[in-house]
Amino acid sequence: MIHFVLHDAKDTVAVVVVEGVKAGTELKGWIMDEDKTTSVQALQDIPIGHKVALRDMKPGDTVWKYGIDMGKVVAPIKAGEHAHVHNIKTKRW
Amino acid sequence: MSVISKDTTFLGYRRENGRVGVRNHVVILPLDDLSNAAAEAVAHNIKGALAIPHPYGRLQFGADLDLHFRTLIGAGCNPNVAAVVVIGIEDSWTKKVVDGIAATGKPVVGYGIEGHGDHDTILRASKSARELVQWASEKQREVCAISELWISTKCGESDTTSGCGGNPTVGNAFDKLYETGNTLLFGETSELTGGEQIVAERCRTPEVRERFMFMFDRYQDMINRHKTSDLSDSQPTKGNIAGGLTTIEEKALGNIQKIGKKCVVDGVLDKAEAPTGPGLWFMDSSSAAAEMVTLCAASGYAVHFFPTGQGNVIGNPILPVIKICANPRTVRLMSEHIDVDTSGLLQREISLDQAGDKLLECMLRTANGRLTAAEALGHREFVLTRLYESA
Repeated sequence: MIHFVLHDAKDTVAVVVVEGVKAGTELKGWIMDEDKTTSVQALQDIPIGHKVALRDMKPGDTVWKYGIDMGKVVAPIKAGEHAHVHNIKTKRW
Repeated sequence: MSVISKDTTFLGYRRENGRVGVRNHVVILPLDDLSNAAAEAVAHNIKGALAIPHPYGRLQFGADLDLHFRTLIGAGCNPNVAAVVVIGIEDSWTKKVVDGIAATGKPVVGYGIEGHGDHDTILRASKSARELVQWASEKQREVCAISELWISTKCGESDTTSGCGGNPTVGNAFDKLYETGNTLLFGETSELTGGEQIVAERCRTPEVRERFMFMFDRYQDMINRHKTSDLSDSQPTKGNIAGGLTTIEEKALGNIQKIGKKCVVDGVLDKAEAPTGPGLWFMDSSSAAAEMVTLCAASGYAVHFFPTGQGNVIGNPILPVIKICANPRTVRLMSEHIDVDTSGLLQREISLDQAGDKLLECMLRTANGRLTAAEALGHREFVLTRLYESA
């Protein structure tokens, strides 16, 4: 089963594509552009469609998705944690 | 091999000006808010007539009024429409819309309410509508080349599955339709924010790129002029955020998947402006679903691809809206709204090529006459874009 997908191997976050991901679950991921798999352990419950961090990140870091800049980190994030509006913000507007 | 090739055909309605439609509506078109009651009464009297009420058309001026006329005339000219009855409070603006639609050669009549009242107007308009419905009911579908089908796209209630599943499915289908010489459209100017350079790089010529960036920058200026916050309550929307989208850049990068990997942006259109040839067109447009889809209808598009993540339920009175969804939870909870389920993509159960073909199969069935979920459910959102206050 694929638990999360990412577009580009460079991405630092990935999308959970199954319901019911709980803290502690070993997650299997699919790197779509390269058709390879990867993994990370969930440190928190993460709803379907929400993102899991793939690396430790600190405030000010750029968040990469689709291999492209999608915003900046505003609170420390550990690999396996839920990455969303509480720790990532836009660089625009 | 794709399910479509240059030899693929479908059964459509060929109109007087050569354009091909996939529906055969007789539209009762109110010019303004005041004429909605009469238009709806006519559609109630005459079975098979379709009223498309809306809230505007009074005291507009300048570019905003031009857009109002362009949208109404464009909707009437759409090849999914066989004939039109226009009703307005005053004769002169009513005639302007009638004349605009008449340029296509299709039957169109207009009635002004002032000096007559609703009763007399409804009576006269109903007589015309009855004749036009009976006339249109004899129109036959005929074999048309796939390249004659105009297809637009816009996504809504997006979530992260839109960017990984629903939108790439549209992109795959668009890449194939670009090859078969179709006329394609995307837009949503504000929702390209963070991915605008990707679109700019895909423009065919420096002139197209310059026009695209002009439209994009103008929209950004408008947002910056009016904004009171970082827009995090509006873009992404609450629904987007509930679905896991965090920033406008992330939303935009997902959005852009809809133009595929191979299509080139051949031209740029103003709102409700009709394209002048095949290829992929960018239309400067609102990112609000019903506004954008209404503009697509006014530009002359005959079928619409609408990927959704969290489950937007939109339809349009004259443009069939095909919903594509890759979120298994939404497909389960809102199945009656979804025409094409591509959730298998995210489990590697189907390939992107297969997902694109699944959409193209649905497109051909829709073009041949099958009602979309939104049509069967009666979704007829017709929403005019306003540029500024009335005079």
